[in-house]
Amino acid sequence: MKQYINKYYYGDYGEGKNGAADISTSGKTQHEWPLWEVFIRSKQGLDHKHVGSLHAVDAQMAIENARDVYTRRMEGISIWVVESKHIHASNPDDADALYDPANDKAYRHPTFYDLPDELTHI
Amino acid sequence: MEKDMEQMFQERIDKEIRIEPKDWMPEKYRQTLIRQISQHAHSEIIGMLPEGNWITRAPNLRRKAILLAKVQDEAGHGLYLYSAAETLGISRDEMYEQLHSGKAKYSSIFNYPTLSWADMGAIGWLVDGAAIMNQVPLCRTSYGPYARAMVRVCKEESFHQRQGFEILLTLSRGTEAQRRMAQDAINRWWWPSIMMFGPKDDESPNTIQSMKWKIKRFTNDELRQKFVDICAEQIKILNLTIPDPDLKWNETTGHYDFGPINWDEFWQVIAGNGPCNKQRLDARKKAWEDGAWVREAASAHARKRAERLAQKRA
Repeated sequence: MKQYINKYYYGDYGEGKNGAADISTSGKTQHEWPLWEVFIRSKQGLDHKHVGSLHAVDAQMAIENARDVYTRRMEGISIWVVESKHIHASNPDDADALYDPANDKAYRHPTFYDLPDELTHI
Repeated sequence: MEKDMEQMFQERIDKEIRIEPKDWMPEKYRQTLIRQISQHAHSEIIGMLPEGNWITRAPNLRRKAILLAKVQDEAGHGLYLYSAAETLGISRDEMYEQLHSGKAKYSSIFNYPTLSWADMGAIGWLVDGAAIMNQVPLCRTSYGPYARAMVRVCKEESFHQRQGFEILLTLSRGTEAQRRMAQDAINRWWWPSIMMFGPKDDESPNTIQSMKWKIKRFTNDELRQKFVDICAEQIKILNLTIPDPDLKWNETTGHYDFGPINWDEFWQVIAGNGPCNKQRLDARKKAWEDGAWVREAASAHARKRAERLAQKRA
């Protein structure tokens, strides 16, 4: 049985923690501004997509900074920011258990059904 | 057990599966990436200084607006890269401290002075050109956040190189004095740009492992040769010369041969003895220290505002 050891550095920090800055070893990061994840909607009708992160004291500053850092060339028309500590992520080691079952349910896909050729508009 | 995991890690790399922050990775892979990405980020930040020097002295409003936009881009590139490095578990403050203490390096090219306006052209064409040559393969580097940051950087970098070439082209079609200025800038920036690709392959101990992990896709010498080949052609459009008497097309290899590189100078500049090492680091440290009260004030303001908001709700 293969064994994995994971280091949870990014995402999934847990409630009490304060983002990537927390795992610092130097102990000199008490004054660092919180880390925020930035999501941009590139145009009306599309989803917001994660683009990166930045530091800011609060949500307003995070949005203003995100505007300068991530949308200098019309990359977006809407910005979401969320403090990194609030992101919870699935564990890559659970990937098999979480995502594999989909493979053996071929009947979920339309190509599974063998129907006569003369049947149209379906 | 550790070996087993390393083997599985290597198999994923070989299958071109990108590594993401929460995936298991060898400690050495993590450390190599932290070093490379943070050095890269520091280079973008220090790289603002030689050009910032010319914003107030740009020859006209068009050039000034362009230079401002370019320097702002470099700040942005530094931030994309710091953010990518942070996913590996190092904090922003730690990286700053490594830069300010001299523990972390940045590209040695930024320790050269910018003496004339033509230097803005030479930096755009040669320094950004060399940077692009290095950066394009990094868009496919094995670590996901680094690769994604590099895609954004590369999109923006091509404007930098083109505006540089345009500056030199304008000067090259100007007066005799302007032509001399352009040639002088190329003379001073050519060799340091060639050195930007780093030590020769046989003196670059990290290259083999970095290639195996697909952090790097080409060796220093391969990229350097590509760059020389391209520049040797582009210089013809400027009707100026590259300051290398040995630069010559080689029919057999299909590449340009070029003269010996002064590696002693390269190592001296890396060791801190370049023309502007102290000046650059001092400027950076001063900016950080002078900004301390702003960072503290912003934190205090945010804290008070949150407290007021909490009181109102109570």
